[in-house]
Amino acid sequence: MARSGTAKRVTRTATVPEKIPIRLTVNGNHMELTVAPWTTLLDALRDHLDLTGTKKGCDHGQCGACTVLVDGRRINSCLTLAVMKQGAEIVTIEGLAQDGELHPLQQAFIDHDAFQCGYCTSGQICSAAGLIAEGKAKTADEIRELMSGNICRCGAYPNIVAAIQQAMERS
Amino acid sequence: MTPFQYARANDVADAIKQIATDPSAKFIAGGTNLIDLIKYDVEGPSRLIDISHLPLRSIEPTSAGGVLIGAMVPNTDLAYHPLIEGRYPLLSRAILSGASQQLRNMASTGGNLLQRTRCFYYYDTATPCNKREPGSGCSAIDGVNRINAILGTSEACIATHPSDMCVALAALEATVHVTGPAGARTIAFADFHRLPGNTPQRDTNLEPDEIITAIELPPKGFSANYSYLKIRDRLSYAFALVSVAAALELDGDTIKEARLALGGVAHKPWRSSAAEAALLGQRADATAFAKAADWLLHGAKGYGHNNFKIGLARRAIIRTLDQAARGTPQSNSDKKIR
Repeated sequence: MARSGTAKRVTRTATVPEKIPIRLTVNGNHMELTVAPWTTLLDALRDHLDLTGTKKGCDHGQCGACTVLVDGRRINSCLTLAVMKQGAEIVTIEGLAQDGELHPLQQAFIDHDAFQCGYCTSGQICSAAGLIAEGKAKTADEIRELMSGNICRCGAYPNIVAAIQQAMERS
Repeated sequence: MTPFQYARANDVADAIKQIATDPSAKFIAGGTNLIDLIKYDVEGPSRLIDISHLPLRSIEPTSAGGVLIGAMVPNTDLAYHPLIEGRYPLLSRAILSGASQQLRNMASTGGNLLQRTRCFYYYDTATPCNKREPGSGCSAIDGVNRINAILGTSEACIATHPSDMCVALAALEATVHVTGPAGARTIAFADFHRLPGNTPQRDTNLEPDEIITAIELPPKGFSANYSYLKIRDRLSYAFALVSVAAALELDGDTIKEARLALGGVAHKPWRSSAAEAALLGQRADATAFAKAADWLLHGAKGYGHNNFKIGLARRAIIRTLDQAARGTPQSNSDKKIR
């Protein structure tokens, strides 16, 4: 990596930091974009790539509405800098359905009426996809514990747990 | 938020070199705390040096019989690693009782040690805070201090350290491996975090130009008799009001060795050699546990809203020691405290 000398660095800190080109694979598509160093993955998805299914709730890692899968793991995209995920594979709610078929979790959320306002739902579903991939939750108690990073202000929790159980049984 | 520049460190030496050239730069690994603090204008680094790609991701047995954990190992990987689940289940349980699975997937082992306090006033830039702005005063002492410390406080600061993982690491007597311009050194876990004193802006004894490379666990994991009990305002995904890590080595009913650490009550994981010594050679029963609790809480002081923590901690210590002695550690998913 090229490193600037002291004189150049001083000049640069006095100016607006340069934007940085990054490459991401988002829902199977190769994307090239240029972002400021402080652009979160959440803002990159929503504002640069028009993938607004991922929601900005608290923007502080407290609600889980921004949950996406990065290299197969669920994370809070609001606390992730896009520049730090150079080359990563991202899956958002838009990438879960395959060939026009809803993902089993999407279908299960509909079957169990697992939402009311729907704002937390894309984060809930991406988080649940991560949970199922982890394979650590077996019981309803364990699902509740490992889904605790996703807050639902409407209180659809019993139906969310039922939906995840259905999807787990069918996966 | 203050705009910042971004650079990636290629290796540990490069990271140290980069931080040395820019004192207002900061390392970033998982970012779960630092990005939040930047958004709140509590932190305003000129540059973030990305250390998340450094090759510090292994978990390996040491020749001494312990385990060496790379600083970039995500919290989930550490908690679920067979060596940790099998030999150091106290550490595994403590990690899994903190944050959420999303945050644990992001957060690094080294970064967990360097979390800043969750004191409301530290986050609120409209109020004085000696940790955020040295010399400005402490808003918590006479303010809303329900979540604040009861032990090891100073007139300058009553903040607590928020980590669960660190409470277990303190009880297990881990060692922190760090590297700086002068080379590598190790810091005993008890000496890593500081009490606030007159310099609450300094949480740890890590120098600004040093980087954590690994955490080393000693051979003893207390896998038979341990428990981590965390008391909080909701059943999951909340910081501890009080947490207790207890580890015992028993010979029948007799305590041969005891480790006890508290979270949520001080500026660092709280231990007391007197409390642990008081348990040695004793029968593992309520009388011995109560004595240990009294030693551990010796000098505890409430600031109004947090007075309840003293009694809560006493009961939690006794219960956690009982769980450890019975070999029935607190479950993270079944929330009933038995």
